[in-house]
Amino acid sequence: MNAINIERLTKAFDGKPVFVDLDLVVAQGETVAVLGPSGCGKSTLLRCIAGLERPTGGTARAEGDVGYVFQEPRLLPWLNVEKNVRFAARDDVERARVGGVLGLTGLHDAARLLPKQLSGGMAQRTALARTLVRNPSILLLDEPLAALDALRRMDLQAALASIIATLYATALLVTHDVDEALYLADRIVVLGGSPSRIETELVVPLNARRRRDADLTPERTTLLRALGVEDHLPSFSI
Amino acid sequence: MPADSLGTRPLTGVRIALAWIVPVALLLLWIAAGTFHWVQSYQLATPQGVFEELVSLGSRGLLAKHILASVDRVFTGFGVALALAILVGTIVGLSRTGERLLDPTLQAIRAVPSLAWVPLLLLWMGIGESAKITLIAIGAFFPIYVNLVAGIHGVDRKLVEVAHTLGVRGIALAARVILPATLPSLLVGARIGLTQAWLFLVAAELLAATRGLGFMLTEGQQISRPDEILSAILLLAVFGKLSEMGMRVIEARLTGWTDSFR
Repeated sequence: MNAINIERLTKAFDGKPVFVDLDLVVAQGETVAVLGPSGCGKSTLLRCIAGLERPTGGTARAEGDVGYVFQEPRLLPWLNVEKNVRFAARDDVERARVGGVLGLTGLHDAARLLPKQLSGGMAQRTALARTLVRNPSILLLDEPLAALDALRRMDLQAALASIIATLYATALLVTHDVDEALYLADRIVVLGGSPSRIETELVVPLNARRRRDADLTPERTTLLRALGVEDHLPSFSI
Repeated sequence: MPADSLGTRPLTGVRIALAWIVPVALLLLWIAAGTFHWVQSYQLATPQGVFEELVSLGSRGLLAKHILASVDRVFTGFGVALALAILVGTIVGLSRTGERLLDPTLQAIRAVPSLAWVPLLLLWMGIGESAKITLIAIGAFFPIYVNLVAGIHGVDRKLVEVAHTLGVRGIALAARVILPATLPSLLVGARIGLTQAWLFLVAAELLAATRGLGFMLTEGQQISRPDEILSAILLLAVFGKLSEMGMRVIEARLTGWTDSFR
């Protein structure tokens, strides 16, 4: 069964098509990463699924409770961390979950802080916690870690991996970080061209998923080539 | 200390001293004008005269009467303006239909200098309290309304999108996202509106009143008592400043979450 169905999806801004007749299916429990140069419509794709943009043609459907994490935290500045998380709760069951979610995202000690007092990493954790309070079955992640420094990002990638696993969630992750895609995803889709289409699709080997020590050099090279980046691997022979 | 270093980075003490030079000089000039009889006493009272007048008014209970009458009018008129501006501003800010329906008319009314309403108000309501309060409310309404509508239109679209992804729409969106986000603009508008309320209070009381600070001004003019006029001006300055400071305290309390430069 599929959690996300994208069929012949077309989106144009002012008559200029971003992508035309895009097809993509994400199975339940699968994590798919979308890579591509900026402006290729990665975010627009997520926004169509979430209903933030109206497709010009075709359909983009998510079957289940959708949680959306933006590139910026987008916290309500007048609410503290705990109240920002509570903002997403619809009923008592979800309100009761707030404390647990704050623990899961490492925010217990920051619960009373206002957004202006948070570091970038903490703010993004809060945004993630706000999404998780609803126990979503589908996560749409729009470059959620792009604004963080490298160490903080690796830290949150691991947190994200364990959260997706804990929730048995389906995830569609937009990123421009090849290593992030290889670490988190089961399958990677590269968008490119104008208008964009799926240039390359790659399944991450089962035994290499969610592992920092996996040797994924061939996959990495394939992805970088698809993105039009020449690899600068040393080419000398012994 | 060289003059340019003063200009680039004045010390706090120096800054305060600089601010006091002109008022103190004026006060000295004022005392001198009375002491050396530069000006006739029926034109300008001495500072001592103003002080004595204030004490005398106070001892006769008139000071409290005038102040209470004015403060009561200002806050009643301001309260009416605030309530109406929040109601109308919310409708115009949130609903496009509401904006098309109401905003052109309100902008046209705003273009009329507010004092032009005075004759009409006197004709309709007579010289009673309601005419004065209506005039004050008209004066205070527009700054609040304009700031509130601009604030609602300026709410960060990104926050609205977050609410959309969480299924928060309609009245819940207005109550939980848009209005709290608008609070800083509303309070700025309210502060300007309160200043306007004092301005229109004087206008209303100059025209028709039997008590109040504006009445003290008219009475002082009619019976040639510059000390009474200056007392009223002094009190207006004090109460105008006090209510502005009060609004700033409320602003600081309610909008401490803003992440602004100051």
